[in-house]
Amino acid sequence: MPPVVTEAIAVRNLSKGYATRDGGVAALERISFAVGEGEFVAVVGPSGCGKSTLLKILAGILPPSSGQAMLRGTPIVGPRRDIGVVFQSPVLFPWRSVLDNVLLPVDVQGLGRERHRTAALELLSLVHLEGFEHRYPWELSGGMQQRVAITRALVHDPAMLLMDEPFGALDAMTREHMNVELQRIWLERTKTVLFITHSIPEAVFLADRVLVMTPRPGRLMDDLAVDLPRPRTLEVMNTPGFGEYARHIRGRFNVKGGIDA
Amino acid sequence: MRNTRNIVLTVLLFVASVAVWELVVRVLALPSFILPPPSQVAVALWRGLASGVYIEHLGYTLLETLLGFVVGSALGFFLGTAVAMNRYVEFFFYPYIVMFQSLPKVALAPLIVVWFGLGLTSKVINAALVAFFPLLVNTMVGLKSADEDRVSLMRSLAANERQIFWMLRLPNALPFVMAGLDVAMIFALIGAIVAEFVGAQRGIGMLIQSMNFNMDVSGQFSLLLILSVVGLILNRGIGLIRRRVMFWDPSEKETFERSPEEAATPHPGRAVVTPAKEGVGS
Repeated sequence: MPPVVTEAIAVRNLSKGYATRDGGVAALERISFAVGEGEFVAVVGPSGCGKSTLLKILAGILPPSSGQAMLRGTPIVGPRRDIGVVFQSPVLFPWRSVLDNVLLPVDVQGLGRERHRTAALELLSLVHLEGFEHRYPWELSGGMQQRVAITRALVHDPAMLLMDEPFGALDAMTREHMNVELQRIWLERTKTVLFITHSIPEAVFLADRVLVMTPRPGRLMDDLAVDLPRPRTLEVMNTPGFGEYARHIRGRFNVKGGIDA
Repeated sequence: MRNTRNIVLTVLLFVASVAVWELVVRVLALPSFILPPPSQVAVALWRGLASGVYIEHLGYTLLETLLGFVVGSALGFFLGTAVAMNRYVEFFFYPYIVMFQSLPKVALAPLIVVWFGLGLTSKVINAALVAFFPLLVNTMVGLKSADEDRVSLMRSLAANERQIFWMLRLPNALPFVMAGLDVAMIFALIGAIVAEFVGAQRGIGMLIQSMNFNMDVSGQFSLLLILSVVGLILNRGIGLIRRRVMFWDPSEKETFERSPEEAATPHPGRAVVTPAKEGVGS
């Protein structure tokens, strides 16, 4: 009998190179890591370290050059229905109302609108957007739009959430607020989350574990467990423990020649 | 209040320019076969309308224009879709399309009239040919301009190409298509009139041509007036459709369409949420 799979994401010796006019560029080089079920893992690294490439491979929209990536024990061969993806920009469809945007995965996967309508409305109230379901994206602020995007990623109840710098485009205040919100949502609906960011405080604040990547080619240089009690409040950022984690990660970048973001 | 002032100013400006025109013609004693005074144009307009002659010919021209518009835009839309969505169609057909595009389509009118006769068919075909291009090009660009992130999102949801087309590319192309229709409508009118110039038994273009032979310049002016009003109405009609189809596009919204309370709140949505919550609290 095979052992019970508890790894939500398992990546082994994963490499990805892009062909360019003068040879090739290695975006990812022999990355290996695992994420347990229900774990919140942040990947932090400077721009151009292949973080987004990694996420696209896990989302099944980019094939790896070599190595293996598995989700819940099955290799990734294409897009899957048990994951939700949140991108840096909200990527809402302006011709769809908030509710219809949230129901996009349901429409694409033919899951039955009526059944998921309640779930969608529940999720919208979870992100404090009740009453906005018939509004259109242009009527919402940037933070509200990103909350709609998160709701959309959750509506078909995927086991896993892949987030690619989801708050990168927001102002600092909104961003901190969204971090608190995301933690709250994650505590309410236990999902496995892979969260990509170039903000060290954001990574430490949100994650159970922080994976630190090197720039060009992207390699894993550290895997740090963050042992801070939950739910974390923004005040935790002022504690010595938090500072210690942040300093440690920043130190790793300084050794490698600095962070460019 | 501001609106009333604008209307008054517009009317004043119109009256003033007509008066200047009338004055110039009278003072310089210009012969009416060169430049008729507005009073004569008005008389010609009244006679044409009252006798029903203008209405009859206008109806015919409008029919040609609208039929040409519908046929031309439909063809442009479907061919544009085919070119945008299929690499082979693009490879084999696009060069010819570009060649044809650089040709002034009105130059084809004599040929079209020879082939399809003096009746309705040749006018509709000519109008359709001229109206075809804006739709073709805009549909193509619109379908191809779907945002990469949105395509990635659809792919990550395991959407197939057909779903990406219907749920993303097509709605994304709508603003382009509507802009194309805007142009196509006026182009169709031009196409119909030009074909009437070449050879027709009815229509405003034919009427202008025959008035020209009779040196009836005030009659021609009155018809130009009618054509510009018709062009304006057709254009507004498309605008109306556009606002209905693209209700989600903020550029289609104007501030006065929102209620005052909504306009006063920075986030229009809050207007819906807060009253209910206050009701519970107090």
